[in-house]
Order: sequence, then C-alpha cells, then structure tokens
Amino acid sequence: MSIYGRGLRGLALTTVATITVAFTLVFFYAPLDADQGFVQKIFYVHVPLAITALCGFVFGGVLGAMYLRTGERKWDIRSYVAIHMALIFGVGTLITGAIWAKASWGHWWIWSDPTLTSFLIVMLLFATYQPLRFSIEDPERQARYASVFAVVAGAFVPLNFIAVRAAQAYVHPRVLTLAGGNLPGSMRLTFLVSLIGIALLYSTLWKYEMAAKSTRMRVRALRRTLLGDDAVAPLKRSAAPL
Amino acid sequence: MSLVFGVAPALPLHTAGKYVAAAYIVFLALVLVYVAIMATRLSRTERDLAELQRDVALRREEEADRDREPVA
Repeated sequence: MSIYGRGLRGLALTTVATITVAFTLVFFYAPLDADQGFVQKIFYVHVPLAITALCGFVFGGVLGAMYLRTGERKWDIRSYVAIHMALIFGVGTLITGAIWAKASWGHWWIWSDPTLTSFLIVMLLFATYQPLRFSIEDPERQARYASVFAVVAGAFVPLNFIAVRAAQAYVHPRVLTLAGGNLPGSMRLTFLVSLIGIALLYSTLWKYEMAAKSTRMRVRALRRTLLGDDAVAPLKRSAAPL
Repeated sequence: MSLVFGVAPALPLHTAGKYVAAAYIVFLALVLVYVAIMATRLSRTERDLAELQRDVALRREEEADRDREPVA
C-alpha cells in the first residue's frame, strides 16, 4: 500500500461521520436566521466550500514551491492534485453561491460585489492551470512551469482576500472576523463542524486521488521492470502527471 | 446595493426549501460525480494490472519452454 492509501479508510469514515453530524446540526440544531430565514442554511455548505477551495489553492502553491526547491516529481503531482481538488470545490462554491444569491437577492450573480467577482477571478486564474500544463509536452518543463504558476497564483489568493476585506462597497455580510464575528454560539458551532467536515472531505479526496495516481505509477513501473521499456505505452499528452 | 437587500425579505419555507435543497444536492452531486470518475479510473488500473499479470505469466511460460528445449 502506498503512503497515500495508508489511513485513507479511517479518514474517509471520519469525513462521513463529521459531515453527517454537520448536516444534522444544520437542519436540527442551528436556529433560523432572523433576516434570511431558512435560506441561510446554504451558508453552512457554501462558505466552508469557499474557504476550503481557497486554502486548497494556497496548499497547491506551497506544494509547488516544494517541487521547485527539491526537484522531486512527487511534489508536482501533489500540487496538481491539490489545485485540481480546489477547482472542484470552487465550482461547488460558485454554484451554491449563485443559488443563495438568487434566493436572497433575486439575482444569480451581482457583478458589483467584490467578494463574488474576486472569487470568480481566482477561479478563472486557476482554470488556466490545466491548459498551461496541457500545452507543455516535456514532463520536466511541465512540472517546473506549473509549479511556478502555482506559487504565483497561490500567493495571489491571500492578497486578493485582504484586498476584498479592505473594500468598503460590498453587499456580502461580514459574519466571520478575527474578533469573533457576529454569529451566535449555536450557528458558530454548526459552521465550524461544517468547515471541519468539508476540509476533511478535501483531505480524503486528495489522498484518494494521490493513492490512485501512485498505484497507476507503480503498475507502470512494474510493467517496465518485468517486461522492459517496449511493453510500456508512451504517456499521451496530458495535463495530469499520470 | 442596499436596495437589493431592501427588496429581498426572508423567503417563506416552501419557497426557500427548494433553494436550500438545490444547494445541498449540488454539493452531493459533485462528490458523487467525482467518486464515479475515480471508480472508472480504478477499474482501468485493475484492467492494466490484470494485463500485466497475464503478460508476466506468458513470459514465464516462454522462458520455461526455452529452458526445456534440448541444446543442439
């Protein structure tokens, strides 16, 4: 078993249990919001998805920096999977956000809101990561360029977040602040459990994909060892490391 | 933008319910689609592994046959 497969079952079970508890708290414990009513329940899936996606992009940048520092291919693969997972979570954020916007504001999208637009910019930035990889055939160059991109774009995420926080003209309510925010205790607990659940889901899926990639690489290496280079079909041009 | 909030009071449960359900269904659907894609990839890896086992067994048989052949 690869290092990624180790502990995966326990992590997956913990994730399922945490998300089950989180959703139970969302619908049976957290009170209805005084302003928005039942629609505010979307907050417990939308915001954790957004936070996890943004952290995933930064995580991908850190792993990219590790590749540039060490030159070991495993860091590039880890960075690729981290960004790939964050993109999936980002798509979830955009869709759940649009649904919430429609329910709360009567519009699927509001271009004048910095939070929405900046998140879209981050998503579009990272959406170019895969085409960038795809455009480079040489694996070494692909890994190096992709890592540089991951580091620069990853550094952009917190800067972008700070810039939006500093903006004055917004419609997004600020419920999470360093001073504790203005969520009541039961809502905060529900939110934190949801956030932990979604973060665990990200970790589980990251490990799952890394385990799958690692297994495919080992099968390929085994074929090469046992049957020689001729028995291994050349890798097709792909954005994925394998 | 305050106008947007001004015209958007809390929705009644029967109206809000479908939006909340849609958001959570989107979340579950994303996870399910991802797991389905990964399951397809896993089956491909299993197929590759089975093929590799077959190739190795075939090669061993060929080597055994070569060893049995009398040396001229």
